[in-house]
Amino acid sequence: MCLAIPGKILSVSNSSNTDEVFRNGKVSFGGIVKEVNLCMVPDASVGDYVLVHVGVAISKIDKEEAQKTFEYLHQMGETTELTVE
Amino acid sequence: MKYLSEYRDPELVQDYLKEIHRIITRPWTLMEICGGQTHSLVKNGILEMLPDKLTMVHGPGCPVCVTSISVIDEAIWLAERPNVIFTSFGDMLRVPGSGKNLLEVKASGADIRVLYSPIEALQIAKENPDKEIVFFAVGFETTAPANALSVVQADKIGIRNYSILASHVLVPPAMEAILSDVENTIDGFLAAGHVCAIMGMDEYYPIAEKYKTPIVVTGFEPVDLLQGILMAVQQLEKGEFKVENQYARTVLKEGNRLAKETINEVFDINDRTWRGIGPIPRSGYEVNNRYKQYNARLKFKIAIAQAKENKDCISGDIMKGLKKPFQCPNFGKACVPEHPLGAPMVSSEGACAAYYHYASSDFIFKTGASRFTTKVEA
Repeated sequence: MCLAIPGKILSVSNSSNTDEVFRNGKVSFGGIVKEVNLCMVPDASVGDYVLVHVGVAISKIDKEEAQKTFEYLHQMGETTELTVE
Repeated sequence: MKYLSEYRDPELVQDYLKEIHRIITRPWTLMEICGGQTHSLVKNGILEMLPDKLTMVHGPGCPVCVTSISVIDEAIWLAERPNVIFTSFGDMLRVPGSGKNLLEVKASGADIRVLYSPIEALQIAKENPDKEIVFFAVGFETTAPANALSVVQADKIGIRNYSILASHVLVPPAMEAILSDVENTIDGFLAAGHVCAIMGMDEYYPIAEKYKTPIVVTGFEPVDLLQGILMAVQQLEKGEFKVENQYARTVLKEGNRLAKETINEVFDINDRTWRGIGPIPRSGYEVNNRYKQYNARLKFKIAIAQAKENKDCISGDIMKGLKKPFQCPNFGKACVPEHPLGAPMVSSEGACAAYYHYASSDFIFKTGASRFTTKVEA
């Protein structure tokens, strides 16, 4: 139940209802498209990846931070070497 | 799929494992809070690849597991009202109440519908103006924004035939309850990434400081979990107890402000009884006075007796990290997913179900489960 899933925003609806609480969009989860409420990620737009939890996007995924997990060990190695020197 | 498959890279997994093996010098015990993390650890075989010195124990972060038996009874009572359409996340249906579960109530003819999101309940409410729609609002901080949003939306568009049965639980009070237990053996925590995506990290600094315990906010994929474990072990080896963020691609230090505002708009913090663990002060959310017409407990004036827990289930010891699922004499025998004695065997996030479905018998024997005699299918 607590497992949120990352998906890519395909479109943001511009319905006549301008109330922020109802800001919706279509989000693709590896090809499966669902309607998602986007009111809690106001700075997320088409092309962004968001983490969606029970129909509501709760977080916009940060591309630069995402990369760090792959570089962590390498950087840690460099840090260790620096400390040794 | 972006932001998923790359975090399952076998080579990177091996690199992280090697580093953990390299740096660990003493026995440590870590608890992962979230049941989603437990399943990822067991399903991907990570527990079997970790150093023998490192013990992972599985925390209470399974909403299905900790929802009290009395709340399940309340849900059943509501679902049995003739004018009610009862809606719920799917994994609550097979959790045993004191007498039966929601699935059996559904089989007897009650209108119980499984939803992906509480927002969908509003459409059902619109289409059924002569019925009362109740959503079973369970979960940790993760489901609270969506559940609260459903109430805010209902109020804005004037839907009056909708209410929620709130049984929200909160992570930090549970961590404190575990750390304060005299039998506690936990040296460090992997905090639940998605809870922190909403709530941020501020609640964890005082806990790390007070109990001198490292807390690493961690994601759910194998690489995430191994990086989180590595960061926690590094701290322990150095004698540090910081709050760190492995899951920074998703978790901001301050969390999601709008999500927190929505939660605070609808909910008050209240005391809550956790299944298997007991009452924990200020550890849950209940619908506040402003939105009381959306509180199913008040709307239907629920008054049913408090139910007793099943004595044959040791879920409390499992969720506090005191015992492993296979140390329960009923595991895999009297208690299986089809006929669970307790909730951790039901849920997709429960530790017992994770071991039942995914743990190899070699691993279970290796870790000293002398009483475990039933073969588990890997």
